[in-house]
Amino acid sequence: MTLKKRLGTTGYYVVSTVIAVVSMFPFLWMISTSLKSQGAIMSIPIQWIPQEPSGDAYVEVFTKFNFLRTVGNSLFISVSYTVITLLSSAMAAFAFAKVRFRGNDLLLKLYLATMMIPTQVTMIPLFVIMNKLGLINSFGSVILPSIFKPFAVFMLVQQMRAIPEDYLEAARIDGAGIFQVFRKIALPMCVPTLSTLAVTTFMESWNDYLWPLLMLTQREQMTLPIALATLQGTYNPQYNVLMAGSLVSMVPIIIIYIMAQRNFKNGMMAGGIKG
Amino acid sequence: MPQKANRRGGPKKDGLFTAVPFLLPSLLGLLVFSLLPLLVSALISFTDWNGLDQLLAPGFLQEHFIGLENYKNILLGAELWKVLGNTGAYIIMYIPLMLAASLLEAYLLSSTRRGVSAFRVVYYLPVLTSWVAASLIWTSVLSPQYGAMNNLLALFGIQGPGWLLDEKWAMAAIVLVSVWKDAGFFGLILLSGMVGINKSYYEAASLDGAGAWKKFWRITVPLMSPAIFYVLIVALINAFQLFPQVMIMTDGGPNGATQVMVERIYRYGFRYFRMGYAAAFSWILFVIIMACTAIQMKAQKRWVNYDA
Repeated sequence: MTLKKRLGTTGYYVVSTVIAVVSMFPFLWMISTSLKSQGAIMSIPIQWIPQEPSGDAYVEVFTKFNFLRTVGNSLFISVSYTVITLLSSAMAAFAFAKVRFRGNDLLLKLYLATMMIPTQVTMIPLFVIMNKLGLINSFGSVILPSIFKPFAVFMLVQQMRAIPEDYLEAARIDGAGIFQVFRKIALPMCVPTLSTLAVTTFMESWNDYLWPLLMLTQREQMTLPIALATLQGTYNPQYNVLMAGSLVSMVPIIIIYIMAQRNFKNGMMAGGIKG
Repeated sequence: MPQKANRRGGPKKDGLFTAVPFLLPSLLGLLVFSLLPLLVSALISFTDWNGLDQLLAPGFLQEHFIGLENYKNILLGAELWKVLGNTGAYIIMYIPLMLAASLLEAYLLSSTRRGVSAFRVVYYLPVLTSWVAASLIWTSVLSPQYGAMNNLLALFGIQGPGWLLDEKWAMAAIVLVSVWKDAGFFGLILLSGMVGINKSYYEAASLDGAGAWKKFWRITVPLMSPAIFYVLIVALINAFQLFPQVMIMTDGGPNGATQVMVERIYRYGFRYFRMGYAAAFSWILFVIIMACTAIQMKAQKRWVNYDA
């Protein structure tokens, strides 16, 4: 039995490590390539580890466009997007879960039904609408759609329904208005779901490609993924520059993830799968 | 006090008047960013609008309305079927591989052994990477002559294919990237289904002499079937909406081997400015996604177990 257990443990670490290596391998290649000079990326046999590490690719990335500005754009957009999503969805969820009004269930079903609409169907008219609103080439075009996120509403309705009515009633008897009840009781009790949603929404916005590609065409307004994609030339890709750009683009989200990890893990478990 | 009677509904029966301020922002969003575009998109799909003329200006419909022409052209043309074939090839390779990889990751992460939290971070790194960065990295890895993949295979005496440049291998390469990037995400969802399983089932099975393999298939998989079902639905919908990796890695090539629905919609709408045609394409995509979801919903009764 103990031998079997030991074998099991060895097997566990072997398999886990193999998968970890597969996950990490492209990143290691990225780091290695980003440190090569233009000549070294096309040497045969290839250099797994750059023989003469060079920072040229990074210099080129930072001179080709203003990376700090691009990171700033991405941060501004993703933070605004996340805050608006959480606020608007939590408000709607509160109304659905805790306010009794005619058509409550029907309206919630309508919200949820729109989750099935692929973004591509609404993409063309939305382009026209943004154009009409004069929002093309402004951050508003990318941020504003965050006001309606049915998935976030759905998750928050689940959580708000679990808040005991007595808490809300007690607050109201003490003279709290409905907005105070929302802000002081309902919101704090939704923190686990809110923090999960914050991380997933932030990542979704941070990594989004198609919509910002259509909306933000000016160099000064580009987000990280869009700017990164422009590094890709048509002929003879400069892989060292592309890999340096990729690496630099990953740093902020990794830092944010590590900071948020504890909340995220717990929230993920608490949220569970209900849909 | 009649409050007990309407507990489910809320603290007080203040009704619509109270709800409206809370609903207003999202309701506005629902109308402007979802329902209105849905209607307009249906309308555009019945026109030959080129994106230039003023949409819905007086006389717009007289000039541009062409009825079901776009749908007829798409459904009778060869392109849709080719694109669906490409998507089908992607799905057949992607879904089983992704499910196997994410189940394995979830199983490994459900362990209480030392070092699990480090593995969790490593498995999640590809998920954190943007599709643009992931696509660029893999384009470099799969570069036939100077890339890591073929040089690695060469160490074992295998001559690797041209990957993204080879018509036969391009879609397989896209699948490879997608599995690599998505397994960590779906693995985490499956993990949350896995940790919810009551330990006593495993203890009972151990007493009956069941091994790890048997326990996994007879207890773990059936009891986490709701999570697996959720993953399958989301993965299939995502598969039909495959886009950034194709756009950056192959641009639909070589020779159309990786042309897929969203790539076509983007190209017709925003490269060729055939908005009507692109809108019709998007509605066909919508119908296909709805049909697939409905089929899965029906089929789940046969294998998904909610009694756990």
